[in-house]
Amino acid sequence: MPHSYPALSAEQKKELSDIALRIVAPGKGILAADESVGSMAKRLSQIGVENTEENRRLYRQVLFSADDRVKKCIGGVIFFHETLYQKDDNGVPFVRTIQDKGIVVGIKVDKGVVPLAGTDGETTTQGLDGLSERCAQYKKDGADFAKWRCVLKISERTPSALAILENANVLACYASICQQNGIVPIVEPEILPDGDHDLKRCQYVTEKVLAAVYKALSDHHVYLEGTLLKPNMVTPGHACPIKYTPEEIAMATVTALRRTVPPAVPGVTFLSGGQSEEEASLNLNAINRCPLPRPWALTFSYGRALQASALNAWRGQRDNAGAATEEFIKRAEVNGLAAQGKYEGSGEDGGAAAQSLYIANHAY
Amino acid sequence: MAHRFPALTQEQKKELSEIAHSIVANGKGILAADESVGTMGNRLQRIKVENTEENRRQFREILFSVDSSINQSIGGVILFHETLYQKDSQGKLFRNILKEKGIVVGIKLDQGGAPLAGTNKETTIQGLDGLSERCAQYKKDGVDFGKWRAVLRIADQCPSSLAIQENANALARYASICQQNGLVPIVEPEVIPDGDHDLEHCQYVTEKVLAAVYKALNDHHVYLEGTLLKPNMVTAGHACTKKYTPEQVAMATVTALHRTVPAAVPGICFLSGGMSEEDATLNLNAINLCPLPKPWKLSFSYGRALQASALAAWDGKAANKKATQEAFMKRAVANCQAAKGQYIHTGSSGAASTQSLFTACYTY
Repeated sequence: MPHSYPALSAEQKKELSDIALRIVAPGKGILAADESVGSMAKRLSQIGVENTEENRRLYRQVLFSADDRVKKCIGGVIFFHETLYQKDDNGVPFVRTIQDKGIVVGIKVDKGVVPLAGTDGETTTQGLDGLSERCAQYKKDGADFAKWRCVLKISERTPSALAILENANVLACYASICQQNGIVPIVEPEILPDGDHDLKRCQYVTEKVLAAVYKALSDHHVYLEGTLLKPNMVTPGHACPIKYTPEEIAMATVTALRRTVPPAVPGVTFLSGGQSEEEASLNLNAINRCPLPRPWALTFSYGRALQASALNAWRGQRDNAGAATEEFIKRAEVNGLAAQGKYEGSGEDGGAAAQSLYIANHAY
Repeated sequence: MAHRFPALTQEQKKELSEIAHSIVANGKGILAADESVGTMGNRLQRIKVENTEENRRQFREILFSVDSSINQSIGGVILFHETLYQKDSQGKLFRNILKEKGIVVGIKLDQGGAPLAGTNKETTIQGLDGLSERCAQYKKDGVDFGKWRAVLRIADQCPSSLAIQENANALARYASICQQNGLVPIVEPEVIPDGDHDLEHCQYVTEKVLAAVYKALNDHHVYLEGTLLKPNMVTAGHACTKKYTPEQVAMATVTALHRTVPAAVPGICFLSGGMSEEDATLNLNAINLCPLPKPWKLSFSYGRALQASALAAWDGKAANKKATQEAFMKRAVANCQAAKGQYIHTGSSGAASTQSLFTACYTY
C-alpha cells in the first residue's frame, strides 16, 4: 500500500466536522426545500398554482420568513440552484435570511437519474462533471453543505449488484469533491418504498446498500466526521398488506444503521419519502426512543413532511402567507421534539406498546 | 437481488449475541492461552523449561486453577486444540474447570499462514477445509467461541489490496462457518507492528483493513451482534524513532475504530502484540478514557501481556504455583480496571501530561 496522501488538512477537517455538528445539533434537523422546477410543478399543480419562478419564490418566502422559533429546530435548509440566488420582497437574499437565523445553507448538486443499461429499470445519478468548480462557487455564495440523491428500488431482481456498486461509487466521488471545496456532503442512497415487500426485506436491502456506501466512502478517502447520511427509514413497501407500528419501524431502522454506519458519522437525517407529516414525526420519535444504543444523531431532512400543510394553507394567496408559515413552524417544532424522542403524538398509546414490541423484536 | 435467505434463525442469533456479550460484560476480557506448540516452545525456552506436553499442561493448570474471583476479570479463555482435551492433576478437564468458574471457552481455529504468490512476502491464512465439522465437534466439546488470526504487514507496497481483500474474505468465511455451528467468531485482522512507520501511517492502514473486513463480513451475511473484533491498537512501528504517549495511541486507535466498526459489534478485544504488560494496560486504560464516542466495549484479549510475569514466576517449578497465580491475577485485575478506564498506575505524571496531549490530537 502506498503511503497515505492526506485528502484534507487538519483545518479542512475541523471546518467540515463543525458544519456537520451544527446542522444536527440536538433537537435540530433539515428542511429540504430543494425541489427542482419539475418537482415544484407537481406540488403547485396540486394546489392549483401556476409553476412560475415568481410563485416558486413566493412559496419559499413563506417558509423562510418563519420567525426565530425555527432556530431551535432547523439546523440546515437545502436549496435548489434557482432559489440560492432569489430574494424576498424586500430584496434580501434568501441565503442571508437563513444564515442570519444561524441556520446552515445547503445546495442540491446532483443532476437527476439516468438509466443503467442492462438492468431492470435501475438508475445511477449524474452531476459529477465540473462538480468541483460548481462547489467552489456555491461555497463562495454561502452554501456549506450539499445533497446528492441516488435511487434504488426493491423488486424480484433489484437492487442489482451493479446498481448498488455504481450508486455507492458515484456518491463517494461526489462526497470527496464536496469536501475538497469545504462543503459537507449529505449522502443520500434512497431505497424507494414502492413494492409489496415486507419490513425484513427492506431491512436486508438497506443493510447491503449502506455497507456498500461506507466501503466506497472509505475507498475514496472521505472524512466521515464531515459527512451526513440521508437514508430511507426501514419500512415495508407501500403495497405490503402487513401493517407495522412505529416501534417496529424504529427497531428495524436502528438495527440496520447499527450494522453499517460507523459511529464517526455525526448524524443521520432521514428522508420522509411518501410518509404523511404525522407518520414521519411518529416514526422519527420512535427511532429516538429505540432502546438500542445509537452513537449518531437521528433526525430529519424532510421535504413534503415539513411542507404539506403549509403548501395547502398557502394555496398561492399572499393573504394566506402568515397562516401557511405557522403550519410550517408547527411541523418543524414537532419534528424537533421527535428528534429527541420527546414528541407525545396526537393521541397514540405510547409507553406500553413500545415496551412489548421491543422484547419480541430482538431478532432483527 | 435475490430474496434473502436468512443465514441464522432467531434462536441462533440470540445464543450468539448472549455469548459475545457475556465475554465482554463489566470490563471482562479474554486470556489468549492458545499458543501453538511451536509458540509455547519460544515462551518456555526463555525460562529454560523443556517444551513437553506435560510442561505445557502444568503451566496452563496453574493458570486455570486460580481462585474463582478471576471470573470478574476474565470472561473468556482461548485454548489451543491440545489444551481443550487436557486435564488437571485430579483428572478434571480444563474446559470444565473454566466453565464452572463461569468463563466461556474458546478455541484457535486457524491453521497458520500461507504465502500469497506475487506479493512482497504477504500471507493469507489456512484452515477453512473441514472447518464446519471441526466447529461442530468443538461445540459439542464445550467451546462457545473461535479465534482466527489474519496477518498484514506495513512495508513497501504492503499491505497490498490483494492481501487486504484475501484476508478479509477468509476472515468472513471463517466467521460465517463458526456462526452456523453456534460459535461466536473472534475476528482478528492483525496489522503487525514491524517496521519504522509512524502512528499516522498505522492508523491509515488499520482503517483500510477494517473497512475491508466489515464489508466482507456484510457480504458473507455474518451477524455482527454475534461477533467480537480482535484488532491491533494503532501504534507506531517498532523501529519508529518517534515516541508516542498512551493518549496518542488511544486517540489514533479509537478514531480508526469509530470510522470503521459498526456499533452492532458488541466488543473490541485488543491484542497486545509485542507490548509489555504495563504498556498494554496503560494503553487500554487510555483507550477507555478517550473522549470520542465508543459504542462497543473496549477490552483485552492478551496472551503475553497477561502471562509474562506469571511465566517468569513459575520458572518451571511446582513450588512457585502461588506466586505464578498471584502474578496472573494481578495483570487480569489491572486489565479489567483498564477496560473500565479505572486503572491507577504508579509513577506517571498524572493529569497534566494527559491533558496537554489531548488537545494536540483532535486532528486524526
